[in-house]
Amino acid sequence: MRFGVVIFPGSNCDQDCYYAAQLMGEEVDYIWHSTTKLENLDCLILPGGFSYGDYLRTGAIARFSPVMQAINDFAQDGGLVIGICNGFQILLEAGILPGAMLKNQDLKFICRYVNLRVENDRTPFTGAISRGSVLRIPIAHNEGNYFVDAKTLADMEKNNQIVLKYCDENGKVNQKTNPNGSMKNIAGIVNKQGNVFGLMPHPERALEDLLGSTDGKLIFQSIIDWVRDRQRILEKG
Amino acid sequence: MTEIYEELGLTKEEYEQIKEILGREPNLLELSMYSVMWSEHCAYKYSRPLLKTLPTEGPHILQGPGENAGAVDIGDGLAVVFKIESHNHPSAIEPFQGAATGVGGILRDIFTMGARPVALLDPLRFGLLGKPRVKYLFEEVVAGIAGYGNCCGIPTIGGDLYFEDAYEGNPLVNVMCIGLAQHEDLTKGCASGDGNVALLIGAKTGRDGIGGVSVLASREFDEGAEEKRPSVQVGDPFTEKLLIEACLELAKKRLLVGLQDLGGAGLTCATCETTSRSGTGMDVDVSKVLRREEGMVSFETMISESQERMLAIVAPPNLTAVLEICSKWGLNTAQIGEVNTTGILRIFEGDKLAGEMPARSLADDAPVYQGKSKKPEYLVETENFDPSQLEIPDNLNKVLMKMMGSPNICSRQWVYQQYDHMVQTNTAVLPGSDAGVIRIKGTRKAIAASTDCNGRYCYLDPYTGAQIALAEAARNLVCSGAKPLAVTNCLNFGSPEKPQCFWQFEQAVKGLGEACREFETPVIGGNVSFYNESFGEAIYPTPVIGMVGLIDDINHMGTPAFKEDGALVVLLGPTYPELGGSEYLKVMHNLVTGRPPRLDIELEKRVQDCCLTTIREDVILSAHDCSEGGLGVALAECCILGNRGVEVDYKEEQEMDLCHWLFSESQSRIVVSLREQNLPKLRNEAERLQIPLTILGRTGGNRLLIGGRISLAIEEVTRKWQGALECMIKT
Repeated sequence: MRFGVVIFPGSNCDQDCYYAAQLMGEEVDYIWHSTTKLENLDCLILPGGFSYGDYLRTGAIARFSPVMQAINDFAQDGGLVIGICNGFQILLEAGILPGAMLKNQDLKFICRYVNLRVENDRTPFTGAISRGSVLRIPIAHNEGNYFVDAKTLADMEKNNQIVLKYCDENGKVNQKTNPNGSMKNIAGIVNKQGNVFGLMPHPERALEDLLGSTDGKLIFQSIIDWVRDRQRILEKG
Repeated sequence: MTEIYEELGLTKEEYEQIKEILGREPNLLELSMYSVMWSEHCAYKYSRPLLKTLPTEGPHILQGPGENAGAVDIGDGLAVVFKIESHNHPSAIEPFQGAATGVGGILRDIFTMGARPVALLDPLRFGLLGKPRVKYLFEEVVAGIAGYGNCCGIPTIGGDLYFEDAYEGNPLVNVMCIGLAQHEDLTKGCASGDGNVALLIGAKTGRDGIGGVSVLASREFDEGAEEKRPSVQVGDPFTEKLLIEACLELAKKRLLVGLQDLGGAGLTCATCETTSRSGTGMDVDVSKVLRREEGMVSFETMISESQERMLAIVAPPNLTAVLEICSKWGLNTAQIGEVNTTGILRIFEGDKLAGEMPARSLADDAPVYQGKSKKPEYLVETENFDPSQLEIPDNLNKVLMKMMGSPNICSRQWVYQQYDHMVQTNTAVLPGSDAGVIRIKGTRKAIAASTDCNGRYCYLDPYTGAQIALAEAARNLVCSGAKPLAVTNCLNFGSPEKPQCFWQFEQAVKGLGEACREFETPVIGGNVSFYNESFGEAIYPTPVIGMVGLIDDINHMGTPAFKEDGALVVLLGPTYPELGGSEYLKVMHNLVTGRPPRLDIELEKRVQDCCLTTIREDVILSAHDCSEGGLGVALAECCILGNRGVEVDYKEEQEMDLCHWLFSESQSRIVVSLREQNLPKLRNEAERLQIPLTILGRTGGNRLLIGGRISLAIEEVTRKWQGALECMIKT
């Protein structure tokens, strides 16, 4: 399968995501923010960083990049999109995912490992993990405090759009395990269709024992398995 | 009435020298350019003679002092490029931007060499946190470093932090940057080639940093009544990130003849240094420089310190390609000059010649001063203080807990969790260890780095203190499994015009030079920051060492945490009752006096050898050096990081009270843990190297037990140690 890593001016986890795709044994291309055509891609990665220096609001300017229209179309057609950290923020600003990011509760940048409970194991991004599993993956952000209005939240819960929640090492979700004040400890969500995933933690930083955790592999493997399965189905049909 | 040259910071003699060089009176533009290039900060007038005594060469040194940063060969065609710099004075005034632009400046020094920045380290020093202003400076400096480094996507993997009265009026904000490059991508800051274009890339030029030269700003010129107010430099890490990518692409594609970053003394420095290095000259047209303020006169354009600007020297056939790449990354460019063979730097305003000076006279010919030197009087008292006379407390549990929660020992988690220390997915050892470690993708290698300097030791004995800084940096690296390669230094001192301070500087440089020779770690570049004093009180002499080492195989790395229960805990190196300048003396008795611990360099080297060998051969499970707080603190840290307890015996024949044994800061000591079956191998190595080896005890349980007089739950010690800094900030 083929990953595409989008580079906005100021993205700084693009090379990490590119390396991650290679580590997982898959093909990968860089996609410049001015590109308007996306071809031959199975999964788009919007990487972390400080696109446009976080001017105005994080992700606020990137969402006007020429490539965003192509990403929108790609998503409408059912292509997989994973937005990591700043990537998630850009998807929120673009309205492709519901909600918004506020500044961390403690008003400081936080970089550390967190535990995440998998709430929905039926998405293309969590298919290889069972519900209730705890993943150890790092966060690094200033604005990870997820907010969405009550009505939308209710819809999202009904549609199983909440995918990851901050928890402790035993999977317990409460205020103590919430690093940034995020509503309901939400760390990652999908859209209604289930093909666009936004998460604040960085799975590309958790692929090697050397660096501290390999739990990020499960997310990438889920994507790879899902794409393979779909390819098989398409070939048969 | 003061002369203009005096207001610009030049002496009468310097002014006369300039007249002699030019063969006439300098005009205002020329005078201001000399005044910045000949400032102490740029010209190192007081320090050059002593800095020349430092060793700067070695078999693996690719680039020593003289370029924007130094470079060391690490095999496989790779070079590690690194340097440290200070931004002390700006940070004392505007801590967020002072620290942020400090990061910006050092990053540029690295990527101007064609090296991708892969790590930052920040050695910081402040007054005591009880004072609101100190708290403000501390919080804002950390936020500034975080804001800039995180946005640029460079992990801050290490550094250090000390709180001492002596730094209250003068915080020290030093920043070290490490980069990697293929040998063939290394770029120099040279302006060679007749007819080559001088291209300014990056941010527009404003009036930042001209504040110091306030007399010029307040003199009325024909530009009208607008008051020329100095502006605080504001960093723009987004532009810096774009600059990094563009410059590295330009270097990789071999499109540049030379590249230099603009820092102190701005365009003046960049143009005269590059031409001076190449023996060439340059015609610069200030009207071509993109400015973001109206009515800027030529001297303002030439000495502005606006951030995020680079000067590229480009051969005309490559110009189009260079401009395309800059445009792709959204960067402004301006062709501001042309290289020639005259050796003269000429400044034009359009067609009009505004000034001309020999390039070398600006960059190289500032006078050199021999400071007067006198041993400070306070040393008579401090050198004769005998700490062994002090009362020994009964409750050692209380003492250790107090030490673990003290400002210079407690966990720095509150600081480094604000830094993205994982971006670039190379950080193999996270902050909180002895050294930061960055693995190199595509190889089995890794780079380890540490910054060290105990200012108190240097205050009490600058010669020994400087040597200890060097030894400790090396010790931290070997505990990580790295072989020390080379050093960058940031020498922070008071005024060189004061004999006591100059003596401290002299002694420190002497001690440092000898230690660098012994450890075979040449100095490949660095920075001197003088005049760190307020109300006549100088800081502790603080020669900060930034050392880089190489781990050949990441499978053989060392970290401090006790890894297994039932492991033997062993101390390599000797313990003497040495409390002079110690944390114990400060925390328990509020004293900074005595002599720092002795340093036996030969022994230190052998202890380090033993540690490195046993890590490489998988004989030991963990290694942690003893520094501030001595053995007691080191043991506690190994337990906290490993989340397990230890039981340590104290043998009578140690000949000193347990309290002194625990908190003495004797040098050349490393605490290791290992499986019992490997003890014979360790003993053999220690015997071969003739270093003392003491079996302390065993890991296990969940308590820190020492000599029957210390019994503490690891959980309790951890809580105290982890929470102390945040507690001090919030009260």
